[in-house]
Amino acid sequence: MPAINVSKALDQSHASGVFDLAEIPLRELNQALHDLTPGSNQTAWEVLNPKGSHSVAVGVDQPVTIDVRGSVGYYCGGMNDGSAITVHGSAGPGVGENMMSGSITVKGDASQYAGATGRGGLLVIEGNASSRCGISMKGIDIVVHGNIGHMSAFMAQSGNLVVLGDAGDALGDSIYEARLFVRGKVGSLGADCIAKEMRPEHLALLQDLLDRAGVTGVKAAEFTRYGSARTLYNFNIDNADAY
Amino acid sequence: MTYRNPPTTPRKSATFDDYTLSEIRRAAANGIYDIRGAGAKRRLPHFDDLLVLGASISRYPLEGYRERCDTSVVLGSRHAKKPIELKIPITIAGMSFGSLSGPAKEALGRGATLSGTSTTTGDGGMTEEERGHSKTLVYQYLPSRYGMNPRDLRRADAIEIVVGQGAKPGGGGMLLGQKISDRVAEMRTLPKGIDQRSASRHPDWTGPDDLEIKILELREITDWEKPIYVKVGGARPYYDTALAVKSGADVVVIDGMQGGTAATQEVFIENVGQPTLACIRPAVQALQDLGMHRKVQLIISGGIRNGADVAKALALGVDAVSIGTAALVALGDNDPRWEAEYNELGTTAGAYDDWHEGRDPAGITTQDPELMKRLDPIAAGRRLANYLKVMTLEAQTIARACGKNSLHNLEPEDLVALTIEAAAMAGVPLAGTNWIPGKNGF
Repeated sequence: MPAINVSKALDQSHASGVFDLAEIPLRELNQALHDLTPGSNQTAWEVLNPKGSHSVAVGVDQPVTIDVRGSVGYYCGGMNDGSAITVHGSAGPGVGENMMSGSITVKGDASQYAGATGRGGLLVIEGNASSRCGISMKGIDIVVHGNIGHMSAFMAQSGNLVVLGDAGDALGDSIYEARLFVRGKVGSLGADCIAKEMRPEHLALLQDLLDRAGVTGVKAAEFTRYGSARTLYNFNIDNADAY
Repeated sequence: MTYRNPPTTPRKSATFDDYTLSEIRRAAANGIYDIRGAGAKRRLPHFDDLLVLGASISRYPLEGYRERCDTSVVLGSRHAKKPIELKIPITIAGMSFGSLSGPAKEALGRGATLSGTSTTTGDGGMTEEERGHSKTLVYQYLPSRYGMNPRDLRRADAIEIVVGQGAKPGGGGMLLGQKISDRVAEMRTLPKGIDQRSASRHPDWTGPDDLEIKILELREITDWEKPIYVKVGGARPYYDTALAVKSGADVVVIDGMQGGTAATQEVFIENVGQPTLACIRPAVQALQDLGMHRKVQLIISGGIRNGADVAKALALGVDAVSIGTAALVALGDNDPRWEAEYNELGTTAGAYDDWHEGRDPAGITTQDPELMKRLDPIAAGRRLANYLKVMTLEAQTIARACGKNSLHNLEPEDLVALTIEAAAMAGVPLAGTNWIPGKNGF
């Protein structure tokens, strides 16, 4: 019976920490990850044949490593709280959305909304990220080795977005207290987002982020810092043209 | 004698009435649109425009005090491993901590729990007060994602993805600086004292195909245990219901334009969206067309006030109703006992809607530590429970009169309309006729 086959496969995968999504449903993978308890010896996980699956390794709350061998669909690592996920491929929309802690590394490119509303942890995109990267971010650190698309860091509240390449139009529109560091060109700045002085504490913070993201050969001093002008924090009718 | 022209009585314009004139003067002086709380205040076709027929020779009633009339409802039976079972089909709508004080949220939880029903978080995250005092708590998943985290998601009893609300379909939340206290600011990851205007769209999905994937993600995170509601403002109820069902929702919530808000533009509240009454039949029709009526549950809200409204809404095909404004009134909002203080604020009990200013004399829509103390959450919770009990008894009274041993057995055939408008919207005959406007070619 199929049910027996699945549980047998599950037993085998538990022993090896390998989940082949060509054989085992996504539900079994996420359930096994959620069933982990503190101190578990199953600290290394591998996911084979993701083939663009959505919601791979979402809601994990234990400090395990998860290597995903291939590209994923939407929301990989969503609400991650402590695990270290590596996507050995590209990621679809919303990778690491609402991450709490831990890390996610995407070896390829990332689609829209990477790190949306993230609250903590580190998201590294080794390729490029599409539009709305870091939208509504709330404390997450995001490092993109390549470029990012338009409307990135829209309404970004807190955290740091580091871009080694260029940023698209309307960067940081309606930004709150997040910090943006861009090494290349910025298409245009969004409402209330301005270039700011790079003070020593920002250089130190940025260098630490670059180190943690495994970036070498790039100096913090090569970046420009952007943040909120704070002119839209309290409504003023004379600012209405800004929207 | 000299001839005098007979005087005419000074006549004010129906178009430029006193309120309109005052609003023009206010706008000219301040240069900012009027922001207020609550829902549409204009006269709208509503449940008052429907009547229940009751039993007659062809139908016999149930004994009012002797024969059972079931009020329970199960929500989320489509996909969730743990559907919600409520004793009454009246739930407490989402209202944020931030717009409401901590004790007010606690009171809502206490009242709902005493009544065997659910309460709902809001655009500000989950507080310990409401989780601790709510047996059944629905956790809203909003565009702002303030306070959103997987731990609270898992300790919720259901998840409500909020696409919109009746007071402002297409609009985001708003909380002005006066109410962004230290605690509210921390929960929302925002600087204290700023005017906070939440996004109107979700940051990581757009459209029904994305929504389906988003629902899948939330189900995976919560191991398919929690019912997932999708809440929309009353705009395009037929298609919104159909698309929510297509996206995998367990429950569809539709909030008509009388549904309240903590704060938004007056022009938005009074001019965008549809009346609650106009939303029900299209939504039920969508469920029936998909073969999902009673499989995906429908909750309607916006201007529900008494057991008659509940009975009529259920007769039109909804599974449960939700109350917000009425629940606040039960707690003590707009109570005439504070009339002198309402007068100081330039208003009167019953009209107070400047909930965004945080100066609520009743201590409900405020973050002011002194005003908050005026609301005793235990006594206020008891008042809410009393009110819910009365609403339920009233609805049962009507259902028994129609010969129904369950509130959910009420049906459109039990209703007539007093106006052509209400007849057309509700899809029931105009009283004294068999005419349903829009049906059968008429």
